[in-house]
Amino acid sequence: MRWAENFEEAVVELLRRSVSTLPPDVKSALEAALKRESEEIARIQLEAMLENIRMAEEKRLPICQDTGILHFRVRLGSSANARTVRDVILKATAKATREIPLRPNAVDPVTGINSGDNTGLHVPWIDFEHSEDDWIEVTVLPKGGGSDNVSTIRFVPPSEGLRGVKEAVVDAVLRAGGAPCPPVVLGVGVGGGASVVMQLAKKALMRPISERNPNREIAKLELEILEAVNGTGVGPMGLGGKTTAIGVNVEVAHRHPASYPVAILFNCYVARRAKIRMYPNGEWLFC
Amino acid sequence: MNVKLATPLSESDVRSLHVGDIVFLSGTIVTARDAAHKRMIESIRSSRPLPINLKGGVIYHCGPIVKREKDRLTIVSAGPTTSMRMEPFEPFIIERLGVRMVIGKGGMGKETVKAMKRHGAVYAAFPGGAGVLAASKVSCVLRVEWEDLGMPEALWVLKVESFGPLVIAIDSHGETLYRG
Repeated sequence: MRWAENFEEAVVELLRRSVSTLPPDVKSALEAALKRESEEIARIQLEAMLENIRMAEEKRLPICQDTGILHFRVRLGSSANARTVRDVILKATAKATREIPLRPNAVDPVTGINSGDNTGLHVPWIDFEHSEDDWIEVTVLPKGGGSDNVSTIRFVPPSEGLRGVKEAVVDAVLRAGGAPCPPVVLGVGVGGGASVVMQLAKKALMRPISERNPNREIAKLELEILEAVNGTGVGPMGLGGKTTAIGVNVEVAHRHPASYPVAILFNCYVARRAKIRMYPNGEWLFC
Repeated sequence: MNVKLATPLSESDVRSLHVGDIVFLSGTIVTARDAAHKRMIESIRSSRPLPINLKGGVIYHCGPIVKREKDRLTIVSAGPTTSMRMEPFEPFIIERLGVRMVIGKGGMGKETVKAMKRHGAVYAAFPGGAGVLAASKVSCVLRVEWEDLGMPEALWVLKVESFGPLVIAIDSHGETLYRG
């Protein structure tokens, strides 16, 4: 019981941190974007973004009013079972919605009624991974609606290969314009099939933007796409400028010979993610 | 050009603005998203009275986080939402209600650009995601209407002080900063 109480508190704090602070890799990428920007309107956007991030951190309030649909990834150790963890995460989500507060973002697609506490059918979504360790790790990705709305899946001709991937991403960025709150973070999945490729893109978004894919060819592709996207001139908030994306992460899986799926998940510049580790004695820490 | 404006806005206030101008706005603004726009239009079409007057007014595309403690309402975080979702509704709203400024993010479509030129209105972009910064410019919640639509979709009537930086991204002369 005591363990569950501590765990609930830990998840509330995880949510608080995830919506009120940004990971260091994201913050420094935004600062670097401001440094290299020369257009006045783009600078005004980036300065306001950074000022807002400072204010939110100081006041421990949500950086953006859209605190997203919550997506959790749990690395389940030997000391906890999935059902207990799920129950605690649901309770903590409702509590965090009241206390932080978060914006209630769970709407019934049939009745249009907002549940009011961010829980509902299949939300928050929780992915479980298994491990032999005795601790458990919980990552949360609060992802806003504006950037989700322009996310897309494409099937490029297999003969085009990685060139086709790059073109698909640049095209999606141009179509999205200012809607996903650029400078964006792009999670790109390649291969694996229609449903797997979205999972890969989501996995890509969970990786810090300062880390490259360990495969050298893919790492090179990430940098090439980033450069091409920043060459579009869409700029901060679509108002023009040098930085349209602050990071591109690509994850790949083997593909069907006839199929070359590419998933493009957009995240806004408020690219939130946070992680905690919890031990069997009830102690926990951010990591 | 940096401009300070106060509501209600006159046609000459907005006609003097051009794309790229930076505005700080004081006065009253009303949040409205998809569901509120839809209900406003249904009300107008069936001649039901609206709970707000938008003549010379400002619509803010925003679904805020609002904290309710006893009788006190506090805006916690209130950045803009994607304006393009309101494209099917906005030209009609501008024409029929006399809205002079729409605040949002990401820009709007051709029909709104045309309506703004014809009737004298502007689109102003507030930096997306800057929710706490926006909330710091809200001095109080004057009232809330249509709360049955849920917190993000309700009409929040807000008193603001130097609300900005607002970039005029669509002006009343048919110009826009967005490409494509």
